[in-house]
Amino acid sequence: MRLLTGNDLKTGAVTWWTGSDWSIHVEDAADVTGNEDEIARREEASRRVNSPYAVDAELHEGSPRPAHIKERVRALGPTVRPDLTLKPADPEIGNWVI
Amino acid sequence: MAETLRYRDDQPVDHPAVTVDAFLDQSNAAAVRIEPGDDARELLPHLGRLSLVEVNFPAFGDGRGYSSARILREAGYEGELRAVGDVLVDQLAYMRRCGFDAFEPDQQLDKDDVQAAFDRWPEVYQDAADDRTPIWTKRHA
Amino acid sequence: MYKYDQYDQAMVDARVEEFRDQARRRLEGKLTEDQFKPLRLMNGLYLQLHAYMLRVAIPYGTLNSQQMHALADIADKYDRGYGHFTTRQNIQYNWIKLEDAGDILADLAKVEMHAIQTSGNCIRNISSDHFAGAAADEIVDPRPYAELLRQWSSFHPEFSYLPRKFKIAVIASDTDRAAMRLHDIGIQIVKNDAGELGAAFYVGGGMGRTPMVAPCINAFVPLDRLVTYAEACLRVYNRHGRRDNKYKARIKILVHEMGAEEYTRQVEAEYAHLLEEGVEPPFAELERIRTYFEDPLFEAGAPEEVDRSDPDFAVWVDRNTVAHKEAGYVSAVISLKPVGGIPGDATAEQMRLMADLAKDYSFDELRVMHTQNIVLPHVRKADLHALWTALDEAGLGSPNLDTVEDIIACPGLDYCSLANARSIPIAQRISERFAANGKTGTLGELKLKISGCINACGHHHAGHIGILGVDRKGVENYQLLLGGSEAEDVSLAKITGPGFDENGIVDAVETVTNVYENERQDGERFLDTYRRIGMNPFKEALYG
Ligand code: HEM
Ligand code: SF4
Repeated sequence: MRLLTGNDLKTGAVTWWTGSDWSIHVEDAADVTGNEDEIARREEASRRVNSPYAVDAELHEGSPRPAHIKERVRALGPTVRPDLTLKPADPEIGNWVI
Repeated sequence: MAETLRYRDDQPVDHPAVTVDAFLDQSNAAAVRIEPGDDARELLPHLGRLSLVEVNFPAFGDGRGYSSARILREAGYEGELRAVGDVLVDQLAYMRRCGFDAFEPDQQLDKDDVQAAFDRWPEVYQDAADDRTPIWTKRHA
Repeated sequence: MYKYDQYDQAMVDARVEEFRDQARRRLEGKLTEDQFKPLRLMNGLYLQLHAYMLRVAIPYGTLNSQQMHALADIADKYDRGYGHFTTRQNIQYNWIKLEDAGDILADLAKVEMHAIQTSGNCIRNISSDHFAGAAADEIVDPRPYAELLRQWSSFHPEFSYLPRKFKIAVIASDTDRAAMRLHDIGIQIVKNDAGELGAAFYVGGGMGRTPMVAPCINAFVPLDRLVTYAEACLRVYNRHGRRDNKYKARIKILVHEMGAEEYTRQVEAEYAHLLEEGVEPPFAELERIRTYFEDPLFEAGAPEEVDRSDPDFAVWVDRNTVAHKEAGYVSAVISLKPVGGIPGDATAEQMRLMADLAKDYSFDELRVMHTQNIVLPHVRKADLHALWTALDEAGLGSPNLDTVEDIIACPGLDYCSLANARSIPIAQRISERFAANGKTGTLGELKLKISGCINACGHHHAGHIGILGVDRKGVENYQLLLGGSEAEDVSLAKITGPGFDENGIVDAVETVTNVYENERQDGERFLDTYRRIGMNPFKEALYG
C-alpha cells in the first residue's frame, strides 16, 4: 500500500492522509495508491500540508507500517527519547520502528 | 508580463537588450542582457555606450547576478541596471544595494510588499554599490 | 563580551519583523514552499523529521548567563524542555512550530541573540576557539576578528545566494581547537617577524562527501584589510563556484578544480581591485570591538593549590580543566556526554544551572565547544570544588573530556531527514561499553566522531576513530574510519573496510582500541600509534 505524508504547515507536525483529512497517527492513514499525486497537489495548494509525498507501507497487525525505517521514526518520534514519542507508555514500540 | 519597477528619472531605453556575445560582436546596441554565466567585466571597455544592462535571474537562488551588478557599478556604470526574471520581493533590498535600480519580475509583485521590502533595513553594515552609509562609518563619524 | 549598540539591535529587530512578514506571507499562500524555504533557512528554520527545527546562532560560541537563561526559557516555552548543542557551536531545538518562530526570534533579540544565517547558502555563524581569551597559548583573542566578520557577513547584499553554504572559523594560536582547516575559510591570526598581527587565510576546506583540508592561500593579510580580503575570496567563489551540481558547489571543489594557485591569483586580483573601492571598515571599528573582549578583572595572586583529597573530584580536575593564561585560574569543561546519554543535549534545567554557575564562578561567561560540551572559561582554582559539587549533583560532572566517552554525534536518523542511520544510539552503546570495561581513562585522548550520513555533520572524517552511518538495503549499517584529526595535525580518516551492524560497530571500536593498547609506545595517543603502525594491524584484528 501507499501512504501520503507531509508536515502540517503551521506546526510542522508529521501528518498522514486519512482519506478525508490529516492525522498525526499513522494508524489512521489510508491507502492512496494511484491518487497520491492528485491529493498531494490539491492539499498542498490549500496549504493544509507542507511538502507531501507518498511512501510504501504494508499492513502490520491491521495497521499500516511504513516500509522504510526513516518513515517509521517519523511516524513515532525519536527512538532515543521514548518519552517524546506518540506512544510513551508502550515498551514494545521500539520493535515496531526497528 | 508583470510591471517593471523603475527607480530612475530618465527615459527607459525602448529597444530590446542583446546578448553579451552579440554586443561584443560590434553591435551598436545600447542595451545588453547578462546571463548568470557571463563575465560582466567583458562589458567594462564599452560602458560609455550602454544605457541599459539587464541582469537575468533565471532562478532566484542563483546569486551570480549580484556580483555582476556590483562589478558594473564599481567600474562607474551609471545607466539603468535592471534585474529581470525570477525576481521576488525578498531579494529586492539586496539587489538594490548591489546597484540595481530597475526590476522586471516574471510575476507581478504586491506593491505594499515591495514598499515594505525597501523600507526594511534601518541601517546597513557593509559598503556596497548604493549610497547608504555603513554602520561602521556612522560609529566613527 | 561583545554588546550590541543601537545599530546592531536595530538590525536584529528588523530581521525579526522581516521574518514575521515572510512567515505571514507563507501562511497566506503568497510564498510557495520553494520560495519560502531559503528565507526560513536563512533564519535557521529547517523542516526536520518530526517538526520544524530552529538553529540559534551562538557567535564564536560565546554567551553570557542571561543568554543561556533565554535559551532555557525557549526550550521550555516553545520546545520540549531541551536543546542540542552542535559542532558549529550553535544550539538546535527540534520541536518548533512555524507559528511560534517569529516570537522566538523576538525573544532572542531581547538578549542580543538571533538565528540569522544559521542555514542557507550564505555565510554562516562564525566559529572560533572555545578557549579564546583564556588559553595560555593564544597570541591574541581571536573573537574580535570573528565579530567583525559577523557584522560584515550579516545581510551581505552580494553573498546571500552563494552556490552553497559557507563556514568561517577564526583562531589565534598554533593549537587548533576549531577545526580551522576544515572550514570554507579558516583564518589564523598570526604575528610576523616585525611583531605585527595579520591573518593567514586557509581556503577550501570542508567535510561532507568530499572532505578536503584547506590550503593556505595567503600567509599574512594585514588586519586593516581583513574584510577586503574576505570579500575578494567570496566574490571569486560567488562568480565561479559550481551551481550545476549541489554536491560540487562548495568552495573546496572550486579551489580543487581551479587549482589553489589559480584561485589565489584571482583572489589577489579582486583584492587589489577592492582595495581601491574602499570596502574595509575603519580600523577604529576593530579597535572598538576589541575593547569588549578585554580580560575580566582577574584576582591577582589567586591561589594555585587545589585540595585533591576527594578522588572523584581529583579525576574531574585532571580530565576536565585546562590551563589558563592567568595564574590561579583554569577553564573548566562541563561535559554534555554522560555515559549512555545523548551527546550535546541539555535540558532547560541544566542550562539554567550552567548559567548560574557561570555567573558565580566564571565572570558571567560560557562557551559552546565544537565537541558539544560547555566551557566556563575563567574559573578560580579555589572555586573548583564548589563548582564540581554543583555540576555532579545535576549529572553534569562526567570526567571525560577528550576521552572515548566524549563522542561527537550528529542527530542522525532520530531527528534528521537526510540521515541513513541513527548516530545517537551508537554513541550511547559505545560510552556504556567503555564505562563498563573501565578503559575510558587508560585509553587517554581518543576522539570518536559519528555522522548519520555522508554530510558529515558529526565530523567522522576528522575522528581518531570515525563512524559513518550508511543505508544497506534499508538496514542501518556503520562504516569504521581511522586516523582523522581536526586539530593542528589535521588529517582525514580512512575507511577500514566493510561496515558493521549496530552491535558489530561497538565491538569493532573495542577491537581497534585493543590493538592500540597492545601496540602503543610511551605516551602515544591512539592517533599516534595508528600513524606509526598504519592501517593493517587494525584491519587484521577487525576482519582477520
Ligand atoms: C538536523 C539537521 C541537519 C541537516 C539537515 C544538516 C545538513 C547538512 C548537510 C546537507 C551538510 C553537507 C553540506 C555539504 O557537503 O555541502 C552538512 C554538513 C555539516 N553540518 Fe549539518 N545538518 C544538520 C545538523 C547538523 C548538526 C546538528 C550539526 C552539528 C552537530 C551540523 C554540523 C555540520 C557540519 C560541521 C558539517 C560539515 C561542514 C562541511 O561540510 O564542511 N549539522 N549538514
Ligand atoms: S550527518 Fe547526515 S544524518 Fe547527521 S545531521 Fe548531518 S545530514 Fe543529518
